[in-house]
Amino acid sequence: MTSTSMKKSFTERCSQCAAVSWGLTDEGKYYCTSCHNVTDRSEEVVSTAVIPNTKINSISRGLRKRRKHEKGWDWYVCEGFQCILYHQAEALKTLGVGADLKSEVLHNLWKRYLQKSKQAYCKNPVRTRGRKVKVLEDNLQSSDWASEFELLSDTSCPLESGAEFQSDPQIPKPFPLTKASPKSEAADICSGSVDGVEYSERKEKGVLKMTVPRTLALCYLSLLWQRETMTLSDLLRFVEEDRIPYVNAFQLFPEEMKVYGRDKGIFAIESWPDYEDIYKNMIEVAIFLDLPRFPDITEDCYLHPNILCMKYLLELNLPDEMHSLTCQVVKMTGIGEVDFLTFDPIAKKKRTVKYDVQAVAVIVVVLKLLFLLDDKLEWSYSSLAEAYNEEHREDEPQFDFRKWYQVMKKTFDEKRQKREEARAKYSWKTKRPIYRSHIDKSVAYKRREMVENLQKQFSALVGSTPVAQEKGPSSFQFNWTDGDTGSPCFHGHSLQGLLKKKGQSLITKNSLYWLSTQKFCKSYCKHVTTYEESNFSLSYQFILSIFSFLLRIKTSVLHEEVSLIEKKLFEKKYNESKKRSRPKKVRRH
Amino acid sequence: MSDFDEELTKLASAEDGKRGNSVFSNHPGMHFPWLQDRIETVVTGGKKKRDFAQTTSACLSFIQEALLKHQWQQAAEYMHSYLQTLEDSDTYKRQTAPEIIWKLGSEILFYHPKSNVETFNNFADRMKNIGVLNYLKISLQHALYLIHHGMLEDASRNLSEAETWRYGEKSSSQEVLINLVQAYKGLLQYYTWSKKKTELSEIDKDDYAYTVKTRNMLSQSCRTSANICALLKTPGVWDPFVKSYVEMLEFYGDQDGAREILTNYAYDEKFPSNPNAHIYLYEFLKREKAPRSKLISVLKILHEIVPSHPLMLEFHTLLRKSDIEEHRKLGLGVLFEVLDFAGCTKNITAWKYLAKYLKQTLMESHPAWVEEEWKSRRSWWPVFHFSFFWAKSDWKADADLACEKAFVAGILLGKGCRYFRYIVKQDGETLKKKIKRMKKFVKKYSIVNPGVCT
Repeated sequence: MTSTSMKKSFTERCSQCAAVSWGLTDEGKYYCTSCHNVTDRSEEVVSTAVIPNTKINSISRGLRKRRKHEKGWDWYVCEGFQCILYHQAEALKTLGVGADLKSEVLHNLWKRYLQKSKQAYCKNPVRTRGRKVKVLEDNLQSSDWASEFELLSDTSCPLESGAEFQSDPQIPKPFPLTKASPKSEAADICSGSVDGVEYSERKEKGVLKMTVPRTLALCYLSLLWQRETMTLSDLLRFVEEDRIPYVNAFQLFPEEMKVYGRDKGIFAIESWPDYEDIYKNMIEVAIFLDLPRFPDITEDCYLHPNILCMKYLLELNLPDEMHSLTCQVVKMTGIGEVDFLTFDPIAKKKRTVKYDVQAVAVIVVVLKLLFLLDDKLEWSYSSLAEAYNEEHREDEPQFDFRKWYQVMKKTFDEKRQKREEARAKYSWKTKRPIYRSHIDKSVAYKRREMVENLQKQFSALVGSTPVAQEKGPSSFQFNWTDGDTGSPCFHGHSLQGLLKKKGQSLITKNSLYWLSTQKFCKSYCKHVTTYEESNFSLSYQFILSIFSFLLRIKTSVLHEEVSLIEKKLFEKKYNESKKRSRPKKVRRH
Repeated sequence: MSDFDEELTKLASAEDGKRGNSVFSNHPGMHFPWLQDRIETVVTGGKKKRDFAQTTSACLSFIQEALLKHQWQQAAEYMHSYLQTLEDSDTYKRQTAPEIIWKLGSEILFYHPKSNVETFNNFADRMKNIGVLNYLKISLQHALYLIHHGMLEDASRNLSEAETWRYGEKSSSQEVLINLVQAYKGLLQYYTWSKKKTELSEIDKDDYAYTVKTRNMLSQSCRTSANICALLKTPGVWDPFVKSYVEMLEFYGDQDGAREILTNYAYDEKFPSNPNAHIYLYEFLKREKAPRSKLISVLKILHEIVPSHPLMLEFHTLLRKSDIEEHRKLGLGVLFEVLDFAGCTKNITAWKYLAKYLKQTLMESHPAWVEEEWKSRRSWWPVFHFSFFWAKSDWKADADLACEKAFVAGILLGKGCRYFRYIVKQDGETLKKKIKRMKKFVKKYSIVNPGVCT
C-alpha cells in the first residue's frame, strides 16, 4: 500500500489512509474525505453503484483552494517524533545493536511516553480537550481516539513477530482530522503538522514535551536497558558522524508529511547533541516515564568500569598493566558495585553514572597515582625509563611518559585539526527547506535550488581527490596496534620502573598525591566543582584535554568526575582536611 | 553588566597575582589576551550558540586562510559548505551572506586553475540575483573581470544590462552605483573612440574613409559624454573618467566645456581633496596658454597639497618670472620645500635651481628671504643633505650634483662647512673653473660669518 499505487479496485480502502469514504471533486474525480487524497479514477470509469457504503459528496471550492498549497497528509507532531525514533532505532540496528532494542524496549518506552503525556493509550487524550477539532465528516464517529494509534498498538504490530513497532512510514495513519483552521495561516502561525502550532504553545505542568534531543535520550535509555555495548559518548559521536539521524531528522519523513511553520521550532536542529544536555534529558525522561530499576550492571557488562577502563586504556595507548591499578581504584572507591552502577529512576538518588566519563576519570586518577603529574616527577621518571630502555633494548620496554606525551600530542593535534575541518564542512541544510509560511515557500525552495546550483559549481573546482574513504562505525576511534599509522604502540610497555616491592606486593614508587579539588559546590548550582585550567599542572591539563576530546565532552566535566572519584578514594583524608586548614598534598598509605 | 565588570576585575587581579610583575594601567596598547573568550562566554552564556553558526564562522576563517595561502582548491572546498549560510535562519546573517560569498567566491574563481570565464560568468549571474541590493555592485565587478580578460564587448553588454536595471526605491538609493556603471560604459566607449582616433591619424584627410570615421567618432563621443557626465556631478575621485572625457571634449573643440568640468572637479568643495584634479586643470590651462597668474593660482593649491610634486619645479620657474615680489619670495620657499623630501635629495634640477636662485636672491639683496627659509632647516639640513658622507658619495655618483649642492652648502653654512670643503678640495679638471667661481661667490655672499659653522 503505497501512495503511488492507485490502481486498485475502487471498493477498497483509500490508498492513503485506508478509510472508505469517497467524495467527488468538480472534475468528477474521487477523493477521500478523510485524507483528501484525490484518485486518478473518475466517475465515468467506475460506476458509483459498485461502491457500497460510500457517500459521494461534492467537494467545496474553499477546500480545494486550501489543498492547492499543501498537498500532504494530516499528521501529528508525536508522529513526527515516532518517525524519528523509528529511523534512529533502525540506524542503531545497522550499527549492530540487537533487534530487541527496537521492537521491545524503545517501542515500550515510546508507548509509555504517549500514555504518560496523555497523547494515546488513555481514556481522554490531551488533544480532544485542548482544542475543538473540526471534523469534516460525521461518518467517522466510530473511529475513536484509541484507534488513532492503531498502528502503534500491539494488535496491529505484534511484538512477538518482531515486526517493527512503527509500521513502514510510507503507510499513513488514519487521521480523520483537518489541519488547523485556514484563518491562522494568513499570519505567521501555521504548521505542516496538524497540531504543530498548538504543540509549540502547549505548556502543561508535569508533562515532559518531546523534543528531538529527548528522542536521543529515549534511545540511550533503551541502550542502557539492554546493557548494549554503547556509551552515551559513543551514541553522540555516531550522531555527529551522521550515522544516527538527528540533525534534520525530519528529512526522513515521507514526502507527504509536510514540515513548515511552527514545525521548524520543533524538528529543525542546528546543533549537535551535547553530552551534559542529553544526560540531563535522559534522567528527566526516565523520571517522567516512572521507569523501574534498570537491569543490573554487573562485572561482565560492557558498562562496568573495569571493562570500560580496559577499552579506554587501549584507546589512549596506555600500558595494559595499568588495568590492574584501575581495577584496584574501582574496588577501593566502590564504583564497581552493582547498586552504584545500576540506574534506578524511582530511587531517591536521581542520577545515574556517566559510565564513560567515570572510566576515563579512573585512568586519570591512576596516572596521578603513578606519576603525580606535577610537571616534575613524570619527567624525571621518563628520563629513568628512557635510560633503562636504552640499555635494555632486548627487554620489554618500560613505559616512557615523555615519549607517550609526544606521540599523543601529535596524534591528537592532527585529529583535532581534522575534526575542526570536518565540522566546518558539515552541511546542515537539507533538500527539504523549512519555510515559515506559504508565502515563504517558493522563496525557500528557490533559495535551496540556488544553493545547490552554486554548490555544484564549486564542487567542480574541488577536483577529483577522493575524500578519504569513510571508515565503518567503530567504538574505537584510534587503532594503535595497526603498524601502518607509524605511531608506536605502548600497550605492551611495563610499569616496572614505577613500582617497587614491599613485602609480597608491589606498590607505586611515588607516594605523593594532590587532590584535584578541595572544594565541592554545596549550593544548588548542580555542578560539583569548577575547573580553572591555569591552576593545574600542564601535564594534568594535557591529559584532561585529550581525554575529554576523546569523549567529546567539556574538560570541566571530566575534572568533576576525577574529583568525585578522589573524594571516594581519599574519603578519610578529606574528612581530616576539613578539620585542618587544607593541606596541599596527601600522603598515600 | 556590573556582574561582568566585577568578574573582569576579579580575573584581572587573579592574573595580576599570578604574574606578579604585570602592571595594570590605562595604557591604550594593553590588552587582555583572554578577554575575547571571556566576552564570548558571557554574551552567549545561558543560551548556547548554535553549532550551525559556529561551524559556518569556522568555515569562513578556513576560506580566508586558504585564500591567504593561495590554496584555491581548499578554498573552493570550504566554499561549497559555506554556501549554506544563504539559508541561515538568522535573517541578518542571511542577508549579509551574498556579499561575503560573492567577494570570496569571485576571488577563488579568479585564481583557481580550473576556473574559466564561463564559470565566472555563471557564478556572477547567479549571485546577481540573490538579494536585490547586490545586483549593481556585482554587475560592475563582473564587468571589470571581463575587461581584465580583454572581453570588452561582453563587459559593455553587461554594463548596459546593469544600467537599465530598476527595482523601485532600491534602485534610486543606488543612484551613485548606476552612475558608476554608466561611467564605466562611457570609459569603454572612450577606449573605442581613442583607438579610432589613432587609426584616423594614419589616414589621409582627403580620403572618403576619413569623413565616415569622424562621423562615427562623433556619435561615439556623444554617447560617452552622456554616460560620464552624470557621474562627474557626484562628489568623488573620478580621475580616469575626467581625463578621458576632457580629451574627447578638447578633440571636438569644446574648450569651455572641458574647462568647466575641470574647474568644477578641482574647486568644488564637495569633492574630496585630489591633487590630480589640479594637475589636470593646470595641464589644460597650459595647453590653452592661459596667463601666468592663472597657472600660478592653480599650482599654488597643488603646492599646498603636495609640496614635493615634480610640477613644483615648473611652479618655481613661473614664480621666478613673476613681477610680484611676493611670488618671487614664494619661489624660493617652493624649492626649499621640494628638497625637504627624501625622495628629492638627488634631484639635480632642484639643486641647480636652488643654487641659481639663491645667487639671484642674494645679488638682489634679499638675504632676509634666505634667512627665513633657513631658520627652520638649520637644525636638520646639515645632517640631512650636507654630511661628509653625502659629500663623498655625491661626488662619486654625480659630480655635477655635488657641485650644485656644495654651492648651496657654502652659501647656507659658510665655507667652513665640511661638504663645501670636501668638494672644493677635489680636483676635477673640468670643474676647476666652476669651483673657483663658486669659492669666490661663497666668500662674498654666504649668509654665515666664517668660522661660526663647522
